[in-house]
Amino acid sequence: MTAVNINGRVHQVDAAPDTPLLWVIREWIGMTGTKYGCGVAQCGACAVHVDGVITRSCQLPLSAVGKAKITTIEGLSKDGLSHIVQQAWDKFEVPQCGYCQSGQIMAAAALLKEKPKPTDADIDAAMTNICRCGTYPRIRQAIHAAAKMIQA
Amino acid sequence: MNQISPLNRRGFLATVTSTAGAFSLGWAVPAEAQTPAAVAQGVEVGIWAVINPDNSTIIRIARSEMGQGTLTGLAQLVAEELDADWSKVRAEYIAPEENLARSRAWGDMSTGGSRGIRASVPYVQKGGAAARLMLIAAAAKKWAVPEAECTTANSVVTHAKTKRTLRYGDLAAEAAKLPVPADPALKKPADWKLVGKGLKRLDTKDKLNGRLVYAIDVALPGMLNAAIAQCPVFGGKLVSFDDALVKSMPGVRRVLKVDDVSVAVVADKWYQAKTALAELKITWDEGPNAKVTSASIAAILKEGLDAKDAYVGHQYGDATGAITAAAKKIEAVYATPFLNHATLEPMNCTALFKPDSVEIWVGTQNGEASLAAAAEAAGLKLNQVKVHKHHLGGGFGRRGQQDYVRQAVSIAKQMPGTPVKLIWSREEDMQHGFYRPITQAKMSAGLDAAGNVTGLHMRISGQSILSYLIPSALKNGMDPVQFQGLNPDEFGYLGIPNLRIDHAMRNTHVPAGFWRGVNVNQNAVYLECFIDELAHAAGKDPLAFRRAMMAKAPKQLAVLEAACAKANYSKPLPKGVFRGICQFAGFGSYTAAVAEVSVSKKGELKILRIVAATDCGYAVNPAQIAAQVEGSFGYGLSATLYSECTIEAGRVAEGNFDTYEVARMADMPKVETVVVPSGGFWGGVGEPTIAVCAPAVLNAIFAATGKRIRSLPLKHHDLKTA
Repeated sequence: MTAVNINGRVHQVDAAPDTPLLWVIREWIGMTGTKYGCGVAQCGACAVHVDGVITRSCQLPLSAVGKAKITTIEGLSKDGLSHIVQQAWDKFEVPQCGYCQSGQIMAAAALLKEKPKPTDADIDAAMTNICRCGTYPRIRQAIHAAAKMIQA
Repeated sequence: MNQISPLNRRGFLATVTSTAGAFSLGWAVPAEAQTPAAVAQGVEVGIWAVINPDNSTIIRIARSEMGQGTLTGLAQLVAEELDADWSKVRAEYIAPEENLARSRAWGDMSTGGSRGIRASVPYVQKGGAAARLMLIAAAAKKWAVPEAECTTANSVVTHAKTKRTLRYGDLAAEAAKLPVPADPALKKPADWKLVGKGLKRLDTKDKLNGRLVYAIDVALPGMLNAAIAQCPVFGGKLVSFDDALVKSMPGVRRVLKVDDVSVAVVADKWYQAKTALAELKITWDEGPNAKVTSASIAAILKEGLDAKDAYVGHQYGDATGAITAAAKKIEAVYATPFLNHATLEPMNCTALFKPDSVEIWVGTQNGEASLAAAAEAAGLKLNQVKVHKHHLGGGFGRRGQQDYVRQAVSIAKQMPGTPVKLIWSREEDMQHGFYRPITQAKMSAGLDAAGNVTGLHMRISGQSILSYLIPSALKNGMDPVQFQGLNPDEFGYLGIPNLRIDHAMRNTHVPAGFWRGVNVNQNAVYLECFIDELAHAAGKDPLAFRRAMMAKAPKQLAVLEAACAKANYSKPLPKGVFRGICQFAGFGSYTAAVAEVSVSKKGELKILRIVAATDCGYAVNPAQIAAQVEGSFGYGLSATLYSECTIEAGRVAEGNFDTYEVARMADMPKVETVVVPSGGFWGGVGEPTIAVCAPAVLNAIFAATGKRIRSLPLKHHDLKTA
C-alpha cells in the first residue's frame, strides 16, 4: 500500500509503483474530475497541482509522488465554484463540451498564483492545454478577468 | 390527437453509482432535484415539459449535448412557447428506449449536420405551446372562465379580470389529464422573450469542478475495465493472440476476442488492462491494404482530376467552352488531407449484459443508433436495451458512429452480469477513426479582357463519405454530400456565366466519416482560395471582384459585407498586417470571414485577428452562436495549420497529439463574431463557420507573402520571403 495525499486527505492505494498518478486518482481513489486525454503529457486534461506546481499527472508515477500534497479539480475550492478561476470561467461561459476544462482551470489557477497579472505572452506560454472545442479566446478573457478580480 | 398519460418519472431515472454521486443523465443534477421524491412528483404536461410542484420545469432534450449548446437552445425554444420561468428551467435527456417505447414521440435523436435546433424547431415549439394551452385550460376550468381571458408568464396563469393567478406547478396534475392540442398557434418572432436572447448555458457549472459525469467517468458496482487493440491496417483481421504472459499480470481478468478485427484485455482497472494489452502477442492478417501509402493515394486522386468518369453536382452554361475561348486561362490544383476528429474524450462505452437485457452508458450523437447497435451486438431485441446518455467530451461527427458501442457490448456479452467499461487509448482513437475524407481539386477558369470570369470548372477528385458509410444513400452511384456548399442555393457566384462542378469518386480503404463541417471545409478552401487567385489575376480587389458575381446570392453577399464592414475593410491596415477574405454557405446558413495576419521575413505566421459573420436566419441564442463561431476557428485552425493523418503501410501513422498536432492557445487569434440573423429561416450553427477559417487565413498569407498555399496543413510550407 502506498499513501497518497489528495486534497488534504491521505488515501492508501494498492497500485503498482509505476502507475501514473492520473490513474491512481481516477481508478484507485475514484475521483474522475481529472481527465485522460492522451497519456503522454501532450493535452493537459490530467493537470493537477503537486505541492502547488502544475503537473500533468499522466506522466507522474505513483512512486515519485511521495509525501507531496496533490490538489485536483475537486479540491480547488470547497463548493466547487468559488475559486476565482471558476468564477471567471462561469462569467465568460468558457466551457463547451467541458472535457478539457478541469485541466485548463488547474493550469490557470497555477498561472495566476505565480503571476497574478499575466500578459498575453504569459498566457500563451502557460496555457498549452488542448481544447478541441476551441475555447481559447474565452480562456484568455477569463484569465485576464480573474487577474482583475484578484487586484480588486 | 397525441395524448399521453403522465409517466411515473422514477422509471426514467435509473441511478448510477458514480463517485460524483450524480444521476445517469450525463451531468450532475442541481441539489434541489436530487431527492427522488421531488423528481417523482413532477408531472408530464405534453411530452416536452415536466412541471414540478415547486413550479420548476424540466425540459426534455432528445438531441445530444457535446459542447455546441443545443441543450440550452432547445430548452429556450420550449420554454418560450410554454412561458416558463427560465430561472427554474432544467433540462434532461430523453432515454432512447423511452422514445422507442412511445413511437418516437420525441422524434429524431441524431445530433449531427448542425441539425440539433433547426430540425427540431417545428415540434419542440409546438410541444411548448401545447403544454401552455393545457395549463391555461386547467386554470380556466378551475375558475370557470373562458380560456381566452387567461394569460401566461413566468410559469403562472393569470385571469386579469378577477385578479386571480395559479402557478403551473399547481395546475400541472389537472393539465396533464387534458388532450394535447395537436396544432397550437406559435408566437410571432416579435413576441419572443427567451428566443433570441443570449441566455447563459444550463450546463456550465458542473463543467467547472469535475462533477460532470462523462461516459468515461461512469463507475458501477463490480465494474471491470477493458482496453482494446484493433487491426492497425484497415481491412485487416485478427488471426490469433497469445495471452500466456498477460493472464497473470496485475488485475487482469480476461483476454478475449472482441470481433474479427480486435482483441481486448479486461482488468480490474483500465490502466492495468492497457499495460497488459501492450504485452499481448497479437498476430494480424493485415489484408490487401498493407502497402497503401499517402503517396499512392495521392496518385489515384491526381488521376481523377482529369478523368472522364466524373458526375456533375452543379452545372449551367458551357464552362469548358467558355474557359477554352477565354482571353486568359487560370488553373490550379488544391489538396487537403485525411483528418481525425480527435475528441478529447476518447471513444468509450460501458455495457452490462444479461441474458435478457443489455444496458449501456455512452456519449453518443445518436442515442437510437446506439440502442440499435447494442441490440445487434447483444443479439437481443430493441426493447431489451437501455441507453444511459452522457454528455460528450467532444463529438464533431465521430460519435455518430457506433463501433465502440458494438465492441463494448461484445465484450460484456462474454462476461454476463459484469459491467465492463471499454476505453480506447488515444492511439487507438487516432488510428481507428472515420476520417475526414481526402480530396484534391482542379480549379480552372477563364477571364475576359476586362477581368471578368467567363467560366469556372471545379473538379473534385477523391473519397466519398456516403459510399463508405451509407452506400444506400448514393444516388445512381453519386454522392450528393460531396457538393456541400456548392449547390445552387449555396454557391455564391451565380454571376459567373458558365459553371461546372463535378466529382470523380476515388475511394480509399481508409474509413471516411462526417467531420465537423463535413465537405464544406475542403470545398471552401478550393473555391474561395481560387476565387482569390482569380481576383489577383484580374488585378481587382478581392471584395469588389466577389461582389460583382454575387448579385443573385444576396444572403451570401450580405454576410460577406457584414464581416468586411466589421473589419473596416475599406480602411488601410497597419504596416505589415495583411488581410484575406472569404464567404461560404452550408448547413442552411451563410458565413464569411476576414483574417488579418502578419508574416515575418523568416516566415513566422501570426494570425492577429479574425472577424466572422454568420447568418443563421433566426438566432436562438446569439451568445452561444458567438461561442460556436469562435470555437469553429479553434477546430478550423488546427486543420489549417497542423493536422493531418498520413497513411503508411496501410495504417494511420499519427498516434497521439505529438504527431497529430492541433491548435493551442498561442495559435489562436482574437475572434470577433458578427451574428446577422436575417430571419425567416432556421440555419445551422455548429459547423458552417469552420468553412471560412482556412481560406481567409490562406488568402491573407498570399496578401502578405505572395505565396499561394494550395495544400494543407500549412506546416509543410515555408513562408520565408527573405
